[in-house]
Amino acid sequence: MTVPMYVSPEQVMKDRADYARKGIARGRAAVASIYTDGVLLCAENPSNTLRKVSEIYDRIGFMGVGKYNEFDQLRIAGVRHADLKGYSYSRADVDARWLANQYAQILGQYFTHEMKPLEVEMLIAEISAEPGDDRLFHLLYDGTVMDTTTHVVIGGEADSIRERLEGSWSPDAELGAALRDAVDALAGSNRTLAPEDIEVAVLARDNGRRAFRRLEGEALATLLS
Amino acid sequence: MPRSSSRAIFKRAASSRPPQRVNLRGVTLPLFTPSEDPGPSFVGLLGQLGIDRADTHLGPSTAQGLEGLAHGTTVLAVRFNDGVVMAGDRRATSGHLISHHAIEKVFPADSRSGVAIAGAAGPAMEMVRLFQLQLEHYEKVEGNPLSLEGKANQLTLMLKSHLPAAMMGLAVVPLFAGFDEYLNRGRLFQFDITGGRYEELDHAATGSGSIHATTVMKLRFDEGLDTAGALDIAIEALFQAADEDSATGGPDMVRGIFPVMATITADGFERVSEEDVAERTTLLLERLTGRRR
Repeated sequence: MTVPMYVSPEQVMKDRADYARKGIARGRAAVASIYTDGVLLCAENPSNTLRKVSEIYDRIGFMGVGKYNEFDQLRIAGVRHADLKGYSYSRADVDARWLANQYAQILGQYFTHEMKPLEVEMLIAEISAEPGDDRLFHLLYDGTVMDTTTHVVIGGEADSIRERLEGSWSPDAELGAALRDAVDALAGSNRTLAPEDIEVAVLARDNGRRAFRRLEGEALATLLS
Repeated sequence: MPRSSSRAIFKRAASSRPPQRVNLRGVTLPLFTPSEDPGPSFVGLLGQLGIDRADTHLGPSTAQGLEGLAHGTTVLAVRFNDGVVMAGDRRATSGHLISHHAIEKVFPADSRSGVAIAGAAGPAMEMVRLFQLQLEHYEKVEGNPLSLEGKANQLTLMLKSHLPAAMMGLAVVPLFAGFDEYLNRGRLFQFDITGGRYEELDHAATGSGSIHATTVMKLRFDEGLDTAGALDIAIEALFQAADEDSATGGPDMVRGIFPVMATITADGFERVSEEDVAERTTLLLERLTGRRR
């Protein structure tokens, strides 16, 4: 008779966490930072078609790093959830906190019950009608949720990028300054990032009902210089 | 440890469940297996989740008692140099009675197109809401907006599924217009209750006053109209329609109610300010009064 090998729960969880972390660390990082008029979402992403930054709802934005197919499927589920909720109730009833909790449930369920955890790290941003109440929800591969009102770094080498960003971040920064700080933090001291290497969007209060707007081409280059 | 397969947290196909009216499914995150995924269609998503839209459940007996429902009347669109002007009167009627004095019948469909409605007001408003959501949902899921033609075809599909209700007397007849980025000009589409889609070159109107509105537009239309010219034609067309058709509302000077108007150009859908419409209406009235002195 064969006896199944005993593996302690601690070891199982540790192995899964290591596996997820390794997958996430391979990808390039992304930064979300709150500035005077909204939230800046900036990801290092050489691809112009496979997006890391996207719109979920009127005042809610999404950013994901790690395995593309996994975070993209979660993004689409988020869009579906938000549109359904807005359709059934009212547009004002769709909020990021609820969405972040749903994501946390899914990530947590995968982490504990599935063979392979999701190799993703995500960020949900929501802007408020008035400055000062903007929120960032940071989601880890195991379902951990954290919320902040300053800035968040997700993806590979997040610690060193966060350190650099902490030095320069200020709540009174204009969009241009916030963007340059974010890009400098992503790049580090010994390389520079061109506008083609990054994907940038904002949730801006002056943008009407749909706050999400991509910054591309000339507009992006002007802001960076 | 229980090893549920990855399917366990995915939704099952809608076919295995009885359809339900109360929507609570939207409050959990909708995930699908690839074979059941509704893609970028919001209407498809509602179907996949088993959330029914009521119009498919109308039986013949429902037709009684529909006479008293509000109906929207005249809406129109005129093409000009930079795009399209859309306009609609503000009246809703129930039989021979006026049920609302200030309803709106011209809406943005998305940032670069608009939709205007005539017909049963309730289903028409619901169709507009779903249409707007369908376009926005597609844009968000796919990352790119539909082409103008694609949007018009989406409206066709909605009208087709509405046909049973239309046969019961709840007809909805929309106009769709927008700025085509590929052709770099405004385009307008007329529809019938079966979903038939007819592109018009210069102008289009639908609703009970459309014959009279069309005559005005036909006589006054010129190639190379500017914004002001197109707005003035639209206002006069609505005025003449209201003059001949009891279901179309004319400008209401007492309450200060004027037509809803919007321009759709490369810069997007923009509602014309109430003051601007009021001023143009006043000028038109002065001109018409002057003729009789």
